[in-house]
Amino acid sequence: MKLTGARIFLECLKREGVDIVFGLPGGAVLPIYDALYDFPGLRHILVRQEAAAGHAAEGYSRTTGRVGVALVTSGPAATNLVTALQDAYMDSIPIVAFTGQVPTHLIGNDAFQEADNVGITRSCTKHNFLVKDGNDLAPMIKEAFYIAATGRPGPVHVDLPKDVLVKEWLFEYPEKVHLRSYNPTYEGHPGQIKKAAKSILRAKRPVLYVGGGAISSDASEEVQRLAELTQIPVTTTLMGLGAFPSEHPLSLEMLGMHGTYYANMAVHNSDCLIAVGARFDDRVTGKVELFAPQAEIIHIDIDPSSISKNIKVHIPIVGDARRVLTKLVEEIEKEMREGVPSIVREARKQWAEQIADWRARFPLRYDWDDEVIKPQYVMQEISNLTRGEALIVTGVGQHQMWAAQYYRFKHPRAWCTSGGLGTMGYGLPTALGVQAAHPDRLVVNIDGDGSFVMNSQELATLYESRLPVKTVIINNGYHGMVRQWQEIIYKERYCAVDVSSGPDFVKLAEAYGCVGIRATKPSEVVPALEKAFSTPGPVVVDMMVDREEDVFPMVPAGGANKDMILERPNKEVKAKAAKSQTGF
Amino acid sequence: MQNGSEPRKHTIAVLVENRFGVLSRVAGLFSARGYNIESLSVGETLDPTVSRMTLVVRGDEFVIEQVIKQLHKLIDVIKVTDLSEENHVEREMILVKVNAERTFRAEILRIADIFRAKVVDVTPVTYTLEATGEESKMTAIIELLRPFGIQELVRTGKVAIARGSKSRTRKVDEKLGKAREPAPPLKEPARDIGFED
Ligand SMILES: Cc1cc2nc3c(=O)[nH]c(=O)nc-3n(C[C@H](O)[C@H](O)[C@H](O)COP(=O)(O)OP(=O)(O)OC[C@H]3O[C@@H](n4cnc5c(N)ncnc54)[C@H](O)[C@@H]3O)c2cc1C
Ligand SMILES: Cc1ncc(C[n+]2csc(CCOP(=O)(O)OP(=O)(O)O)c2C)c(N)n1
Ligand SMILES: [Mg+2]
Repeated sequence: MKLTGARIFLECLKREGVDIVFGLPGGAVLPIYDALYDFPGLRHILVRQEAAAGHAAEGYSRTTGRVGVALVTSGPAATNLVTALQDAYMDSIPIVAFTGQVPTHLIGNDAFQEADNVGITRSCTKHNFLVKDGNDLAPMIKEAFYIAATGRPGPVHVDLPKDVLVKEWLFEYPEKVHLRSYNPTYEGHPGQIKKAAKSILRAKRPVLYVGGGAISSDASEEVQRLAELTQIPVTTTLMGLGAFPSEHPLSLEMLGMHGTYYANMAVHNSDCLIAVGARFDDRVTGKVELFAPQAEIIHIDIDPSSISKNIKVHIPIVGDARRVLTKLVEEIEKEMREGVPSIVREARKQWAEQIADWRARFPLRYDWDDEVIKPQYVMQEISNLTRGEALIVTGVGQHQMWAAQYYRFKHPRAWCTSGGLGTMGYGLPTALGVQAAHPDRLVVNIDGDGSFVMNSQELATLYESRLPVKTVIINNGYHGMVRQWQEIIYKERYCAVDVSSGPDFVKLAEAYGCVGIRATKPSEVVPALEKAFSTPGPVVVDMMVDREEDVFPMVPAGGANKDMILERPNKEVKAKAAKSQTGF
Repeated sequence: MQNGSEPRKHTIAVLVENRFGVLSRVAGLFSARGYNIESLSVGETLDPTVSRMTLVVRGDEFVIEQVIKQLHKLIDVIKVTDLSEENHVEREMILVKVNAERTFRAEILRIADIFRAKVVDVTPVTYTLEATGEESKMTAIIELLRPFGIQELVRTGKVAIARGSKSRTRKVDEKLGKAREPAPPLKEPARDIGFED
């Protein structure tokens, strides 16, 4: 069957099971938009800036487990998309992004709206393709989806020259993909799994350290089985939140720079650390020489290059988290039939007591205020009112950390945040993609006043496409996270962090046809949230919070996790921090 | 990561899909991750769909481990071998244009002869020599020619191959399921053009 390239493109998406495309048209992709005009079964959501198409695809992907799709034109559209590609790359989110390109005979000619798209995206994608010959179009699209979703997931970019889209080609969708150079390992090595099982059963102070890979591989049930079977406490990274319920008795919640005291102390003192789909990021390890110094480290990861990258691993297991954990649990069950030595049993009991003690002495806490809204309180109420059943998206900054600390996570794939890149402006467009994928669920975008304005134009998309995202802006009038660093590390010399000049977010929401609500006192928080969650359509809540609240606990960058700062530091600690001036 | 071993040179052979953009993927990887690349040479293998790159990289064992893992991670990379881990032969070719005034012409030719270098171009005042060999030999000939005045020096970068009967490209085909016919015997005995070991 002969079809135009544009039509072949759409047929390929259909065969990949794509139901929604986030995009914005332009000259080079007009043939696709023309074919889309009467192509059934594919919803196109028109975003207002191309980065938003990429982020929306990320949100769609993270919450469904399927590949998200973005479609934009050449040149400036492709460069706009780059931030989202790098974001997806850092957080291992599978999306396929299509860009238009000038006709093949003009490539390299400085033609109108030309950019070296594949040159630009090479370093921020898992792989990319330039389709120079229409006969490669269908196979390359098939490979793009396959590469994005398999192994360590990630973004793939396909560049589509206009003439390839216009001309007719023989269409045949390949059934299978075979790439001799790409064979991800899914099954863990049985010998290594056995070793890990033995190590876990002799450990006296074990901790499970669970990351975003456990979400990608849908391994949260297996994590829970392993934890319960062996009574091992579980901490998750920022990207792993939801892989283990926050309220489970074994949960230590998040570890790392702004993690809980008990999670960091448990990891620091552990003698066996089981990392599952986590990549020992510097926000987690702090000073590497002092990270879990006594632990035998077991690392389950699908990407061999994650293993022993930052921290030497003793028992590496390359494979898919879910499959490896399944085998590991079987192995442990087998071993456990022989009984667990009483010395280990006794030590474990002491370990649990030790952790309970840390938890009791240094819980997450903040000072209540009758007059001023504490941002942590907002998080607690969002958590209460949604009963942990909402799909949560965040911006980047203090509010992101408070959301991570105070929201009670129940389910995997219900949390989208920009962890690796820390992309301000991620919140609204990502929430848009999440809502498009889950029209009937409550989607809450917890955003910062600084972050929100980086993509607030997407309120237009929410309104036009009937996507009832509820945005809660934690409005402190500051680039708060940066202000916090300037406060603690740079002697309160606040420079270029005050953003209190606005806009008026209620009016801004209304200008886009959305509903705006403002809360300025603690007593208004619950009514404002209730109203927002029960109002149909997109809503923006402007939460006027304590301007100078800080995120604690905190490990100053480059410091050791065991030296967390638990509350607003005194002069002495600040002076010490000012001296180091590391990080950011 | 720290506490690695002493940095040293590694010669790494990389089989890649012979495709548009693959060289920039490899080069980009090195610049993005800050690895030091000392030389890189590329050419087609017996199978025209596969190219072989020879990379010389300096780093401690952790850096080299990451380099190899990161290379593997590139979708177009088929196979990565650290030849430094095994017995192998390394060669580099140089072309060198050296001042050759009448009084020194004979001496330069003697040096060329010792290193089995060939004269590939002659003018009344210069010789251009072609020499092949291991790195140390190349350094030696360059140092010996330097006093005469080197006008221009071109190096190919190293190529390397494992010793013994094992083949590296054959494996790729086996993976694809098409075992290759054994290579036909050479009609002429191969001529030895390198500096002997
Ligand atoms: C302001 C700010 C503050 C932050 N503070 C913290 C903090 O306090 N604590 C914290 O934890 N993070 C924090 N982060 C996030 C941090 O930067 C990293 O993004 C995060 O720690 C990485 O999470 P991860 O280790 O789970 O890895 P991810 O980035 O989620 O990577 C996933 C890992 O799993 C592997 N994987 C993927 N699929 C599979 C599979 N199927 N099977 C097995 N393995 C798989 C991948 O190869 C990779 O190694 C902060 C970010 C920001 C912006
Ligand atoms: C695109 C981008 N630019 C700059 C930064 C650096 N940065 C990190 S947090 C932050 C401030 C965030 O402010 P806001 O969204 O209001 O969140 P808050 O910390 O006040 O809760 C900045 C500027 C970033 N992460 N991303
Ligand atoms: Mg702010």
